[in-house]
Amino acid sequence: MTIKREDIADRLAAVGYVADRDIATALWLMEFLKRPLLLEGEAGVGKTEVGKALAAVHKAELIRLQCYEGLDQNAALYEWNYQRQLLAIKTREGVGENADAIEEHIFSEKYLLERPLLAAIRRASPPVLLIDEVDRADEEFEAFLLELLSDFQVSIPELGTIKATSIPRVVLTSNGTRELSDALRRRCLYHYIDFPEVDREAKIILVRTPGIDTTLALQIARMVAAVRKEDLRKVPGVAETLDWAATLAGLELHDLRQEPEAVYETMICLLKTHEDRARVTREVSERLLGKVA
Amino acid sequence: MGGGRPHSTHSRESGNPALGPRNGAPHRASAMRTPRGDEGGTMFGAGRRLAGFARTLRDNGFQVGLAETRDALRVLASPAALRATSLKPALRALFCATHSDWERFDEIFDAFWRGRDMRQRQVLSGAPSASHAPARRLAEAHVPQQALGLPDHAERRSDGTGESPADGRGRREGASGTEALSTVDLRHIVDPDDVAATHALAARLARVMRARLVRREQIRRRGRRIDLRRTIHRNVAHGGTLIDLAWRRRKIKPLRLVVLLDASGSMSLYTAFFVRFLYGVVDTFREAEAFVFHTRLAHVSPSLRDRDVTRAVEKLALMAQGIGGGTRIGESLASFNRWHARRVINSRTAVLIVSDGYDTGAPEELAEEMRHLRRRCRKIIWLNPLIGWRDYAPQARGMQAALPYVDLFAPAHNLQSLAALEPFLARI
Repeated sequence: MTIKREDIADRLAAVGYVADRDIATALWLMEFLKRPLLLEGEAGVGKTEVGKALAAVHKAELIRLQCYEGLDQNAALYEWNYQRQLLAIKTREGVGENADAIEEHIFSEKYLLERPLLAAIRRASPPVLLIDEVDRADEEFEAFLLELLSDFQVSIPELGTIKATSIPRVVLTSNGTRELSDALRRRCLYHYIDFPEVDREAKIILVRTPGIDTTLALQIARMVAAVRKEDLRKVPGVAETLDWAATLAGLELHDLRQEPEAVYETMICLLKTHEDRARVTREVSERLLGKVA
Repeated sequence: MGGGRPHSTHSRESGNPALGPRNGAPHRASAMRTPRGDEGGTMFGAGRRLAGFARTLRDNGFQVGLAETRDALRVLASPAALRATSLKPALRALFCATHSDWERFDEIFDAFWRGRDMRQRQVLSGAPSASHAPARRLAEAHVPQQALGLPDHAERRSDGTGESPADGRGRREGASGTEALSTVDLRHIVDPDDVAATHALAARLARVMRARLVRREQIRRRGRRIDLRRTIHRNVAHGGTLIDLAWRRRKIKPLRLVVLLDASGSMSLYTAFFVRFLYGVVDTFREAEAFVFHTRLAHVSPSLRDRDVTRAVEKLALMAQGIGGGTRIGESLASFNRWHARRVINSRTAVLIVSDGYDTGAPEELAEEMRHLRRRCRKIIWLNPLIGWRDYAPQARGMQAALPYVDLFAPAHNLQSLAALEPFLARI
């Protein structure tokens, strides 16, 4: 099954994902070389969205694994259903089964709880596996992940080896809170996502904010781009832009230039720390507005 | 047969040593061929050029292995190769592994595959050609370029004359030749053999610190929670009655150490030594990051991870030399807080600042940034080589501003004082 690059670009557009020029190529390459894709970029540039869009493109199920500090195999791969196991032991003991038989029974598929990674390799049709913020998990987990990504099989001591019934498409995202291992990086294709340029962000606003008009979307995108250039602790991401756009649209504004006060007031959608709020004063806000509008 | 031409290129190139053999080859080869020639040429020819490109990338610090090159060949054979607009992003996704790769890729790609006409002219005219730029960038990548030519070069020195290292009277007594190296003020170690011994000692010290820290962690480990999966498995034989419990141990994250080294003029007598110490730290701590600052901040861990010790240390020592001049501790900390802190600092990070505290920036800024840093990390340790001097009091304005946020303010003028840090780090 080969998909052309152009097809992917078209389908991305069809599912409402406003792609940057090169992401379609990266997604095509994933398909072509059967390799995972590692996405990096500042928080809020829309890395997770790529995984969702990919699932939509292939009409595949999206299985998401959110990584965090201390994530272990129990939470990522599989777990036994302890309550049911305990109950089963008790009832079977009552009817006088021997221990070996009980053991065999309670460590069967019936008592196995799939967690995202196991689920991803046991689907009938290949899902999209989104491993979010892999940098938050620790090195041990990363090593385990690497093994899974190269063999696509899992061994469960009580049950034996489970081979993948379908190879998932894997997207990993990282915010760079920890340096990832070279091995993992080399296993993956790499794509760095930057904040969208003004035109693309305007398009995203248009697609995601119903009923907003084109000029306002463009003004908002320009304003956000200018705000990002300020020296901020937390640079606003695309999600913040959309919040702000929704707010401004909700206030039924049509031209930012006419409403400097409203712009300043609603800027809390973009600025999420006290210092940033203090830095972008009324004057700064008006100066930026003067530049963009 | 596409192999003939590249052969001749090689022989020409070896006859021209001034070109720099590693970078010269692919560019020269590319200069001789047109893109159309490639598409129409054999797979072998394309493979050769691709291998050249992979080598150029490797020379520029990319981690490109055989697997990537093989996959790239498949991409070249696919329809994507017919259009430059999709070939470049495809190769970029394939060959890049980090953000810095990503940022440099375009330039290298363009230089290799596109800029051949221009390049040829430059090579012929004998001028230092742009084709060398990517390779040189690697070496300089972590040297803030502006800083090298900053006009405030002497500013700091004139500031610091009161306690300047040249004014030797301030030193602690007893630094005689018969004493163990570990107590000699580092400024006074000049004999090359002693210098080498000191450096070896510094590297070993860094290793020892790491080793002890780890051992303590392991002893501390103790079960806190019951591991249900193991417990149930173990107790099937008891009919499900949980007799034999399996515990889970709390995993203690290893201490992460971030070192910020002041490499300004007034520190210059100590810089070479601390560079060596940095190397030891980065080499042995799995999670350590090193930064050098003066008027600006430079992230130097990548240079320090060079396997060749002498090369790494020399590279860094050179950087440190070039930037002796004014210090902007506050500004450097600000850029650390803004650009690096999120990545390199976690709840078990100790930040080690090595500086004499002479700041040409505003003390208020330094205080403000120290406050931010303090909130993020576990401990701030400030090592000041001047404390080792007799009658030293932290009177520099910068030092005054920073002190309230410092957990440990300690001397660092000899090896003994560094060794004294270890128990403190172990307690973090």
